[in-house]
Amino acid sequence: MSTTTAAAPSHPDPTRRPLWRRLIGFNLLTAVLLGVGGYYLGWWLGHQVNGGKSFEYQAASDENDVALLLAYVFGVVGFLIGLGFANYPLSRLLGRPASLREKEHEGIGRYFGLCTDHKVVGIQYLVGIGVFFFVGGLNAMLIRTELLHPTPTVVGPNQYLSLVGMHGTMMMGMMTSGVLGPFANYFVPIMIGARRMAFPRIEALTFWLLMAAGFILTSTIFFGGFPTGWTGYEPLNDQAVMGMDSYIIFFTLVGISMALLGLNMMATIITMRAPGLSWGRLPIFVWSVFATSILMVLAAPMLIATLSMAALDRTISTSFFVTGGGGSSYLFENLFWFFGHPEVYVLALPGFGIVLELLPVFTRKPLWGYKLAVSGMLGVTLLSFFVWQHHLFVSGINADLRPFYMLSTEIISIPTGFIFMCFMGTMWRARTTFTVPMLFCMGWAFNFLLGGLSGVFLSDTPSDTDTHGSFFVMAHFHYTIMGGLIFTFFAGIYYWVPKMTGLRFNERMAKWHFWLMFVAFNSTFLPLFVLGMKGMPRRVSEYAPNLQGLNTWVSISAFVLGFSMLIFLFNTVYSLIFVRRPAASNPWGSKSIEWQIPTPVPVNNFEQIPTFDSDPYDYGTQPSIGGAEPATAGA
Amino acid sequence: MAAEPRPIGPEPNHARRFGAIWVIATLIATPLVVVLVGPILPPGNGSEQAAGHVTDNTVLLAMATPVLLLVLIYLIYASIYFRQPRGGALEGPPVRGNSRVQSTWIVVTSLLVLSLAIYGTVRLESDYGAGSGSGPNPLTVPSGPKLPVQVIAQQWAFTYRYPTYGGVETPHLVLPVNQMIELHVTSLDVIHSFWAYQLGVKADANPHVDNVAFVKPTKLQTFNIRCAELCGIWHGEMSDLGHVVSGPAFNTWIHQQVVAFAPATKVLPPYSTTYLPEPTRRGE
Amino acid sequence: MSLLVKKLLGVGTAVAVLGVLIGLYIASWATSFPQSVAAVSSPVSAGTGGSQLTLETVAAIGPKYSPSHPDWVSYLVKSHGKWVRSTIYTVPANSIVHVTLYQYDGATGLRNPFLSQVQGTVGGTVTVDGKTVNAIDPEEASHTFVVPQLGVFVPLPGVPEEAKNQCEFAPCEGAAHRTIEFSFRTGKKGRYRWQCFVPCAAGWLNGNGGPMQTLGYMDGFIDVV
Repeated sequence: MSTTTAAAPSHPDPTRRPLWRRLIGFNLLTAVLLGVGGYYLGWWLGHQVNGGKSFEYQAASDENDVALLLAYVFGVVGFLIGLGFANYPLSRLLGRPASLREKEHEGIGRYFGLCTDHKVVGIQYLVGIGVFFFVGGLNAMLIRTELLHPTPTVVGPNQYLSLVGMHGTMMMGMMTSGVLGPFANYFVPIMIGARRMAFPRIEALTFWLLMAAGFILTSTIFFGGFPTGWTGYEPLNDQAVMGMDSYIIFFTLVGISMALLGLNMMATIITMRAPGLSWGRLPIFVWSVFATSILMVLAAPMLIATLSMAALDRTISTSFFVTGGGGSSYLFENLFWFFGHPEVYVLALPGFGIVLELLPVFTRKPLWGYKLAVSGMLGVTLLSFFVWQHHLFVSGINADLRPFYMLSTEIISIPTGFIFMCFMGTMWRARTTFTVPMLFCMGWAFNFLLGGLSGVFLSDTPSDTDTHGSFFVMAHFHYTIMGGLIFTFFAGIYYWVPKMTGLRFNERMAKWHFWLMFVAFNSTFLPLFVLGMKGMPRRVSEYAPNLQGLNTWVSISAFVLGFSMLIFLFNTVYSLIFVRRPAASNPWGSKSIEWQIPTPVPVNNFEQIPTFDSDPYDYGTQPSIGGAEPATAGA
Repeated sequence: MAAEPRPIGPEPNHARRFGAIWVIATLIATPLVVVLVGPILPPGNGSEQAAGHVTDNTVLLAMATPVLLLVLIYLIYASIYFRQPRGGALEGPPVRGNSRVQSTWIVVTSLLVLSLAIYGTVRLESDYGAGSGSGPNPLTVPSGPKLPVQVIAQQWAFTYRYPTYGGVETPHLVLPVNQMIELHVTSLDVIHSFWAYQLGVKADANPHVDNVAFVKPTKLQTFNIRCAELCGIWHGEMSDLGHVVSGPAFNTWIHQQVVAFAPATKVLPPYSTTYLPEPTRRGE
Repeated sequence: MSLLVKKLLGVGTAVAVLGVLIGLYIASWATSFPQSVAAVSSPVSAGTGGSQLTLETVAAIGPKYSPSHPDWVSYLVKSHGKWVRSTIYTVPANSIVHVTLYQYDGATGLRNPFLSQVQGTVGGTVTVDGKTVNAIDPEEASHTFVVPQLGVFVPLPGVPEEAKNQCEFAPCEGAAHRTIEFSFRTGKKGRYRWQCFVPCAAGWLNGNGGPMQTLGYMDGFIDVV
């Protein structure tokens, strides 16, 4: 009956071991120590291997890519062993009884190690991804500072390229799991009536892989950075200094994390739904997670393979991508974008899911067009594998292909449009309360509209001739990814953190955050469409002097956007650490199952596995008295 | 119970009201956009191809305007008229769909998108779309005589070769007006991209690949050339000014170049659509 | 201590630590711009006046000038009688800049032989070991000094392979070298980039990586003030 909580005993337990004894074991400290040890082992090994005459050409460059790659790999393996990921397989190998649950009752320590409780993993993701999101954002602020002047002023041109690359790579690598990591991990098992994920240990692995990856990417600054931007095009990739290896390992680890995360989500959703929960009653958020997982599982391995080839080119002088040796630069472009295009839909789909999940709660109406929304998401998933060459329209690909890819890219806007139709249908004759999560959903609608329409321009090859590789493309993807995903990320935070922590955010600061972020975001990225159309290419710190006025405006708006994030951080610290005002058990009056269980959520989620007899959109059938609390304007 | 703020009376026909607002806004905005914004749309009319892109952008803008207005006005309308009254706890009507609205939307968006795809294909395969790099075997080639000019991209500058003038190589691009130019873009090392902004030309420069684009400049001008694909440290500074001059002026210029660069032309490899210079990998 | 004070201390410490880390991070980017060296103004013969830049190119910079990249090729500039590793040179506007360059590196060859012809210098020529030429053998090029925005293209021939007493690490006083002299005119103020066009970076793809893509070795700025 009782739920186990994370409360520490009120009197010190005399049988408890002293602190230094408790620190020995499989935890983060051990992981860091073993990681560092692994790093130096790999580094040493790399220098033993790369001493021979055949690698003379590496010696002339004063760089040893083999050493750095091995160092990173051994470091990550040591890190994972230190956390305890090898314990279960080793225990089974040695015939010892293996534990199926790790740290689930341990108190605050469970957030700093391998924990098989999906709720803990969700919160770990939220904080971990949040930290790297702000690191990427800091890089963006530095980029905009440099762009205040039309000639290189603050940072040298090669450092600027590293800044740009670090910003893009960090964001793309981290935010692909930006919604699935925190929110899907926490809530999908609850929403489908399960006690845990299908593979809880793998779930924890995906998180720690991502953390190791983020750390590795940040370490690129010690090795000279990398000049290719987040797309890592060959042959520039091959020419780059050692910092490029950080990028390669980062994306390899992100790819592994993505593939495993997607696999786990799919297995959980397919096999662990509670009785009565047919596919037609699944919450739309779970559908979006499912669709995203398909993309992750199918696309991420492509990235891993591509980067392995790039690493081979850099170390043992293979010629996959080197024209002089018989390879082709096109090969990299195609392989990368075959991953890259589904990747951007991995970023868009969870946003669709969150928006359509939250809308019924705040409009007090069922989701309009459920089947259409599902087919929209699955349509996007399928079509996203058929459009990648639109990144290559002017690159000299076989000209016979271009009309086909133009058609497929135009067609993918049809299922995307379904999401808008369901959005609009749900708001029709609704009783909408504009809470902060709802505001972020409205922000999504506006931003993704502009982003999506600009995509139609880019899909038209003659128009793309002028805008490819320019700031127009930058504005397009920032509108869809930042204006889309990040706004829904914050919607999810404001909506679900009261459930995850039992505490409420300060409403006024939250509204300031939204409005400032929305206005500053549009002020930053709308002029970028103009800059692109006026001829400013991407990834440059030198531009035509007549564009300086617009660039200054954009930079100042970007600083304001950064400031709005600080408001969010302040609100988080203020509300969750200092004030700690308890939230109502169902502040939004939602009929979704996660709001019907106690807060904090018990370790096993439910006393008894629930049975479902409908989808969670049962609004409008009766006045909302009894059970859920009404959604008022000030909740 | 919260007070009902609306006056007593029948619920207004929101569909008709919203529809009317949207239609009126579209009828006003779309012609305004076409007439006012269309002519100032980039990239201008420096060439046949650039003018074609302006037309394409205008068509796309005209088709995007009603869609933009539909969603935008709807969001505003819904925010005003479909609110929860202050302190209220009312539920909305339990409507889960409307097959007529859904099928209309699907049919209309499909038609819109397919017509854009057809329009785009027709324009791409016409002379107007020939400014985009189409690889070594373009699907459609403009008819008539063409002046071949090779653009050689290297880290970090563009140079230009004129095969019909003895393969002379020059550091700046000068083109004759009102003549169809056949550009052959290639690279000596990494991927670059030749972007002549006012001429509406962009073609990636890939190593050992001949990327063909066509352009017909239609007025005397100075145009901006920029590299549009990240190629290393000086990618942002890999820019130049090109010139479009009259036919006779071009003739004079090119013959001056042949004389001035005679020493260089002697040591250049023979003209070819692609080059594989040494070294591929630089050892000791 | 009350709970509030404990929380304040904890949050305050975290903010302070973060602030220091962020400050260090930003500072590391902001101080990465290499130093700039001014050309020496000198009265040169023939009454042209102008300023003098004395440069040097070496095959390996050595651990003294670059502890992390001792084998990288590099330019050096003479500043107050001493050799300094810098590639940002300040010269006056609307004047002539005379450049004397001591070339200590061996030949690599140009990827694009077009650049073997001298362009943009006064007289369109360069003087190599006393001989005035307007082009060099492209196979003999060791480095180039090219300022594309000023139209200056100067190929620098290399030390012959069989030459005795080749330089090991900078500064290469007394080793086998070529003395190259040329002049160019500056116009308006501005920051103009310059680079080497020879694939001289040993150990890199196309010879264009590493020092060829790092400020302070084979790339830099001419600041016309």
